[in-house]
Amino acid sequence: MRHVISALVRNKPGVLAHIAGMFAARGFNIDSLVVGRTEDAELSRMTIVAAGDEKVLEQIRKQLGKIIDVVKIRDFAEVDYVERDLMLCRVHAPPEKRSEVVDIVNLFRGRVVDVARNSLLVELSGPEQKVEAFVDLIRPYGIRELARTGVIAMPRGAQAQRRAAERQTTE
Amino acid sequence: MASKKTGTPPSGPAGPSRKGMTGAQIFHEMLLDEGVERVFGIIGGAVLPIFDVLYASPIPFVLSRHEQGAAHMADGYARSTGKVGVCIATSGPGATNLATGLATAHMDSVPMVAFTGQVKSFMIGNDAFQEADTTGVTRPITKHNCIVKRIEDLGRTIKEAFHIARTGRPGPVLVDLPVDVTVNECPVEPDVEPKLPGYKPQLKGHMRQIKTAAEAINAAERPVLYVGGGVIVAGASEHLRAIAEKGNIPVTTTLLGMGAVDENSPLALKMLGMHGTAWANYAVQDTDCLIAVGARFDDRVTGRLDTFAPNARVIHIDVDPASISKNVDVDVPVVGDAADILPRMLEFIEPKDRSAWLARIDEWRKKYPLRYDTDGHIKPQEVVDLLGQMTDHDAIVATGVGQHQMWAAQFYGWRRPRQIITSGGLGTMGFGAPAAIGAQFGNPDKTVIDIDGDGSFSMTMVEVLTAVRYQQPVKFIVLDNDYLGMVRQWQELFYGRRYSAVEHPCPDWAAVAEGFGATGLRVSERSELGDALKQTLETDGPVVLHVHVDPDENVYPMVAVGKGLHEMDLGKLA
Ligand SMILES: Cc1ncc(C[n+]2csc(CCOP(=O)(O)OP(=O)(O)O)c2C)c(N)n1
Ligand SMILES: [Mg+2]
Repeated sequence: MRHVISALVRNKPGVLAHIAGMFAARGFNIDSLVVGRTEDAELSRMTIVAAGDEKVLEQIRKQLGKIIDVVKIRDFAEVDYVERDLMLCRVHAPPEKRSEVVDIVNLFRGRVVDVARNSLLVELSGPEQKVEAFVDLIRPYGIRELARTGVIAMPRGAQAQRRAAERQTTE
Repeated sequence: MASKKTGTPPSGPAGPSRKGMTGAQIFHEMLLDEGVERVFGIIGGAVLPIFDVLYASPIPFVLSRHEQGAAHMADGYARSTGKVGVCIATSGPGATNLATGLATAHMDSVPMVAFTGQVKSFMIGNDAFQEADTTGVTRPITKHNCIVKRIEDLGRTIKEAFHIARTGRPGPVLVDLPVDVTVNECPVEPDVEPKLPGYKPQLKGHMRQIKTAAEAINAAERPVLYVGGGVIVAGASEHLRAIAEKGNIPVTTTLLGMGAVDENSPLALKMLGMHGTAWANYAVQDTDCLIAVGARFDDRVTGRLDTFAPNARVIHIDVDPASISKNVDVDVPVVGDAADILPRMLEFIEPKDRSAWLARIDEWRKKYPLRYDTDGHIKPQEVVDLLGQMTDHDAIVATGVGQHQMWAAQFYGWRRPRQIITSGGLGTMGFGAPAAIGAQFGNPDKTVIDIDGDGSFSMTMVEVLTAVRYQQPVKFIVLDNDYLGMVRQWQELFYGRRYSAVEHPCPDWAAVAEGFGATGLRVSERSELGDALKQTLETDGPVVLHVHVDPDENVYPMVAVGKGLHEMDLGKLA
């Protein structure tokens, strides 16, 4: 099962290496790992997308929790949450195909951010699934280059936040 | 005992100002604050400022011959006293030499703080002389590590290091100190208030879980307590004994849990697992309620997992939530400190007659006792057996790793916690000699013995020089079977007796010892063994006793890799 796990970590050198090293040493597979700043200058947020059965995910949460510089962990498995993945993609789009491609981009509420003679640079964000659906549709036109940020996430509403917090303290 | 396990400690009373002190002076002040009694290590360029302060310090320093030795000394000191062991090494090779010692302590949850010198903070990353990425190298083998780049953070970081090392599930912490940080003067009053927002070990067990566990125990007909080093670390042996006695529950221990119960007690089943006793292993396979306390279901303990304790409800009490349900699915988890949980659980344990169950175990005990032959060569087991008797089962005993380690565990007769000093998790050959020296420093009034193998002793025996120099009367007893015996045993049993790279010729260790300035003794005849041991124990100062033992002896019982505990090979015991 796919889990989105968010970890608040201390903004110190070596913390990313520690977490990445722990994942490698324990053989956990991660789909993506994003690090960014938060509202608090001393804390960063890592958002990790990992796959595995409940037992593996439980170990991932617990092993993360053991790292001294990890301040708080939240698994979004059972809460309603919003996730976003941002993609930039250069699509092959010669003049005769351009409007087709633009139509698809519009359907996905993407934006064309740069136009060249034979290609378009597209920006698209949304849940991972939406981004993937777009990539599948656009692939036949020819993807020249693609970059994604990986997922960041936050729970919806106050209630969801409470539930996430409860889940975290029972472990 | 590492009993100060409550949250973040308050900082000490506001003493005289430390503003303007050098980093090395602040370092020293923090060691005094922590009550450090002794420091082990080796000097070098990047730690010169620190040693300049230690020169006039009331804290004695022990100069080992190798940094690995210093780390194991700090470890042996910590395991035998429950206090935090401290060691120092210089940057680069000094730090990498510590690695085996850190990994050993990490696997066995030993509280240690290691300080390493580092090149100047502004040189880091330039491949400067004796630069190594010490925090990078040691990150996976320490509980925590960090590098101090600002002198203002030094005091606090050291305070945090000791706190992390001794609380929760203890472990080694490494603090890397660039030389400019120890040389420079602190322009402000150094901050010593720990700041660890992510570190809150859960010590208090959940009441509902404690009750559920007690109910499961009360309902069980054939319960077994499976006890690991966590009980000893928590200082909870007395509480454990009380529960066993109240409920008439037999107790088996892991290698690191030896001494949590007195093996004189009829409830003590000795060790379980790969080389555990037949009666402990059969009891575990037959139990209807396995109560794991401070143990982690290591593969050397469980054998083949899907046949381990097949009929049992499993209760697991551990301070480390990540240990719970890692290998074995647990029915009743209780997270917290055994010293908190066990006394609270005791109230709910019903006294129960379990004589039928105990009688069944006793039958196994009588049918398959631990025993050894007494013809031909001196048997390694009889050396340990005799030593146990001659020291009233009261010595502190360190070991190397191999067959002799298992025989020590099986035959010494453990009576109290913190008596066995052995590398369980990592299985570090060479641990015994330096760890025994560290234990002797921490226990000047106790008899400290290193029961070592010829292979293991070879790796770190240079530290006998340290015992001589500092007059530590450790008795090093080398069970020389001419082999890297444990590996030879595997080759005999699983590799068609193709003895590849296990023959291990040794020098005359007694002569080497004499050359080192210790007393050296040698024995190869059974008729002289008793006297040789007596002389070893009665001679002042460090003694090395070289015992020539049967090269072909194997450790039994043995559960082969991939087999269940009930499928153990009893060898000669059957
Ligand atoms: C540092 C290290 N290297 C290698 C091993 C693998 N190993 C395990 S037991 C053993 C043999 C130990 O020989 P010895 O110390 O003579 O003990 P014996 O088994 O003969 O009693 C070896 C090589 C190890 N555990 N540790
Ligand atoms: Mg040997």
